Amino acid sequence: MIQLSVNGERYELDVPADMPLLWVVRDVLGLTGTKFGCGIAQCGACTVHLDGEAVRSCVLPVGAVAGRAVTTIEAVGESALGSQVQQAWLEHEVVQCGYCQSGQIMSATALLQRQPNPSDAEIDAGMAGNICRCATYTRIRAAIKDVGKGDQA
Amino acid sequence: MSRQSRQVSRRGFLKGSGAVMGGLVLSTWLPGFIPDSVAAEATAAGRLGDQTPRGYGAYVRVGHDGKVTVISPKIEMGQGAHTGIAMMLAEELEVRLADVSVEDAPPDAELYTDSIMQFQATGGSTSTRHAWQPLREAGATARLLLIQAAAQRWSVDPAQCEAREGVVYGPGDRQAGYGELVDLASTLPLPASITLKTPDQFRLIGTPARRIDTPNKVNGKAKFTIDLQVPDMLVASSLACPVYGGTLKSVDASAARQVPGVRDVVTLDNAVAVTATNYWACQQGLKALKIEWDLGENASISSPELDAALQKASSADGVVAHSSGDVAAALEAASSRFEAVYEQAFLSHSPLEPMTCVAHVRPDGCDLWVGTQVPVFAQQTAASITGLKPEQVVVHNQLIGGAFGRRLDYDFIAQAVAIARQVSYPIKLIWSREEDMTHDMYRPHYVDRLTAALDADGKPQGWQHRIAGASVLARYVGSLPASGVDADAVEVAIDPLYALDSLQVNYIREEPKVIPVSWWRGVGPLRSTLAVECFIDELAHNAGKDPVDYRLALMDKHPRAQAVLKLAAEKADWQTPLPVGQGRGIAVSAVFGSFVATVVELEMQADKGIRIKRLVSAIDCGLVTNPTSVLAQIEGGTLFGLSASLFNEITIEQGQVQQRNFNTYRQLRIGEAPGVEVHIVPSTESPGGVGETGTALIGPALLNALAAASGERLRRLPLSRAGYFPV
Ligand code: FES
Ligand code: FES
Repeated sequence: MIQLSVNGERYELDVPADMPLLWVVRDVLGLTGTKFGCGIAQCGACTVHLDGEAVRSCVLPVGAVAGRAVTTIEAVGESALGSQVQQAWLEHEVVQCGYCQSGQIMSATALLQRQPNPSDAEIDAGMAGNICRCATYTRIRAAIKDVGKGDQA
Repeated sequence: MSRQSRQVSRRGFLKGSGAVMGGLVLSTWLPGFIPDSVAAEATAAGRLGDQTPRGYGAYVRVGHDGKVTVISPKIEMGQGAHTGIAMMLAEELEVRLADVSVEDAPPDAELYTDSIMQFQATGGSTSTRHAWQPLREAGATARLLLIQAAAQRWSVDPAQCEAREGVVYGPGDRQAGYGELVDLASTLPLPASITLKTPDQFRLIGTPARRIDTPNKVNGKAKFTIDLQVPDMLVASSLACPVYGGTLKSVDASAARQVPGVRDVVTLDNAVAVTATNYWACQQGLKALKIEWDLGENASISSPELDAALQKASSADGVVAHSSGDVAAALEAASSRFEAVYEQAFLSHSPLEPMTCVAHVRPDGCDLWVGTQVPVFAQQTAASITGLKPEQVVVHNQLIGGAFGRRLDYDFIAQAVAIARQVSYPIKLIWSREEDMTHDMYRPHYVDRLTAALDADGKPQGWQHRIAGASVLARYVGSLPASGVDADAVEVAIDPLYALDSLQVNYIREEPKVIPVSWWRGVGPLRSTLAVECFIDELAHNAGKDPVDYRLALMDKHPRAQAVLKLAAEKADWQTPLPVGQGRGIAVSAVFGSFVATVVELEMQADKGIRIKRLVSAIDCGLVTNPTSVLAQIEGGTLFGLSASLFNEITIEQGQVQQRNFNTYRQLRIGEAPGVEVHIVPSTESPGGVGETGTALIGPALLNALAAASGERLRRLPLSRAGYFPV
C-alpha cells in the first residue's frame, strides 16, 4: 500500500512502487488533466507540483513521493498564484490545441513562485522543459510576464 | 464523458436531436428529410428547387431556451476553427457568441464534404474558406425564419421586425426571444432569397474574439481522446513491426500475462497489443513479450541509398506537369544559366498527443471515440474491418492534441478496431511516443532541381523545375490520375508569382517504399515555396540586385503579393544596413488562398550558432473572421516550421526509423523561439487559409537570411545537418 496526497486528498493505493506518478494520477485516480507526451522527461506535458516544485511525473516512481504533497492542474487554481496564471493564459489567448498547456501552467506557476518577476533568461530556463508543438511560446512568455508585473504592482 | 452524442441514421439524428434539444432543427428542410406533405407542397411552390445538398439545417439548431448549437463541419485541433465557425453563424443569426455552442459534425459525406478538398475533412487550411459561405447562409436563413414567425404571430409585416442578440423586435413594444419562436418558425417554408451582410455591416466578424474552447484547456477539464473513460474500458498499447511492411512471426506472451494489471495479449498481422487496467501495465506487458518479426524486404534499406535514388531521379524527366513557352529554346539562347538543387527531409508530425483511439466493437455495432480529421474514413475503415455496415459505426469526434496532418490518416483507428474486435470490452489505444514516431506517416523527402535561363542582366527568361519525391496524393487516394501528376506536389511550382516567358515543371515520382508518406502541415505548397523562394533569391544575388526589388520587378500581375512583400520589407527595416555577420532573408508566396511574406533577421556566430533577431510576417488572407486566431496561427505556424527547418529529419537504418522520441527528434523550446511580428493587411477579399502559411514561408526566409549573413548558400534542410544550431 502506498500513501499518497494529491490535491489535498489522501489516498492509500495498491499500486507497484515503481509505477510512475503520471499513470497513478491519470489511470488510477482518473485525474486526466496531467498529460502524457514522451515518457522520458523530455516534453513537460506531465508536469505536476511536488511540495510546490515542478517535476516530471512520467519518470517519478510513485514510491518516491509517498507522504509528499502532489498538486495537479486540477487544483493549481486553488492557489492565488495558480489562478492568476490561468487567468493570464486566457487573457493572452495562449492556448492552441491545449495539450501541453497543463504542463506549461504547472511549470509557469512553480517558476513564478520562485521568481515573482522573472527575466527573459529566467523564463527560458524555467520553461525549458516544456515543449509546445503548436509553438505558443511567444504568448506563454507574455502571459508569465504579465503575472510577474501583477505581483509587483 | 463530455461531447458524447448519440448518432443514429441521419433522419433519426435530426429527429432525435429535435426531441432532445427541442426547438428548431433546420435540417427539417433538407431535401429528403422533410415530411412528405411539406415536401410536396414546397416542391409544388418551387421553394426547394435550387437547394444545394449542403442543407442549412446541417449546421444549426435553435433550442426552446434560445440557445444555438452550431454543427461544425471542422474539428478543433488548436486552429480556432470552432470559434471562427461559431462567429460566422452568430453574425448572420444575430445572436451573441456566448449563446452559441459547438458540436462536431457526424460522418456524413453528403452534408459535410469540404468544397475545396472534396471529402469531409479538416485540413489544407480550408476551415474558414469552406465554412464561410454555408455557415453565414445557415445563420441568415434561420434569422429570416424567426423574423417571419414573429411577424406572423403579431400580424405585422416582417419588414417592420428586426433581430438583435437572439430577440426579434417588432412595432411598438413587441418582442420575442428566439426560443419562443422556434416552433412556429420550423413550420415555415424556406425564404425565397437571402441577402448576406456586407463587410461594413459586420459586428462580430473581424473583431478579436476569445476562443470558446480555451477555458477548459487551462484547468485540466478538457478531454482529449487520451483522457476518455467509457464503462468497462481497458487501456491498450501496441508494438508494430519495426520495419514497415514486415509481419509478426510469433510471440511468446507467457511472461507478459503475469504482469499485474495485464488482461489480454492480442496479435495482429503486423503487431502485438496488450490490454491492461492502465497504460504503464500495458508497457510492462509489451516489454515482457518475446516477439519474432518477419522484417520483410524493406529491412535492408537505409537512408544513403534512398538519398542517392532520389538525387538520381531529380535529373530524370518524369512527367510534364506544366509547360508554357519553350524552356529548351530559352536555355539554349540564354546568356547564362543558373542551376540549384534543394532538398527537404522526411519529417514526422509528432503532435504532443500521440495516436490514440477508443474503440468498442460489438456484434451489432461499433463506437469510436477519437479525434479525427476524417470522420467518414474512420467510419468506413471500422466498417470494413468489422464487417459491420457504415451506419452501425458511430464516430464521436474529440478534441485533438495537435495533428499537423497526422489525423488525416486513420491507420491507428484501424489498429484500435482490429484490437477491439478481439476482445469483449472497449479499449483505449495509446501509442507510446516511440511507437508514434517510428510508425508515423512521414512528410516525403524531396529534391527540387531548378535551371534558369538568364538574360544579360541576370533576369530569368524562363526556368525548368524538376520535382522528385514520393506522392502523398497517390498513397492517400490509391493512385494518381492518368497524367501521372501529383497536383499537390506541383502546386505553387506550376504557378509562380514571377513572370516567366517559359516555364516547365517536371514531376518525377520516386517512392521510398520503406516508409509511408502523408500530409504534413504546409503540404506541397510548403515544398515548392522553399524551392522557388530560395531560387529567386539566388538569382537576385547572382544578378547583383536587391532581393526585394528583383522580385517586385517580376510580380506585376500579383498586386496583393507585391503589397505583402513591400509591407514585410518595410516593417522589417529592410533598407537599414546591418553589421557584418548579420543578414536578412525574405520570402513571399501565394498559398492556401492567402498572400504572405516573411523576413528573418539573424546573426551568425563563428561556431555556426544562429541568433534570430527578428521575424516579421505580413499576410493578406482576405476577410479576417477572428484576428486573434490569425495571429496565433501565423506565430505558431512559423515557429512550427522553424523547428523543423532547424532540427528535424527522419532517417532510416536497415528499414527502421532511427528517431524515437524528443531527445533525438528535438523540438524548438521557448528560449529558442523568437517573437513573431505579424502584420495583417485589411481586406474585404474572400477569406484565405492561414494555418499553414507561416510554416511554408519560414524555411526559405531562414535559408536566404543565412546566405545574406554568412555568404554560405545552404540548400538542404534541416540546418542541423550542416552543424548550425540556434542560440
Ligand atoms: S510525458 Fe513526462 S516529460 Fe513528457
Ligand atoms: S498548445 Fe498544442 S502543444 Fe502546446
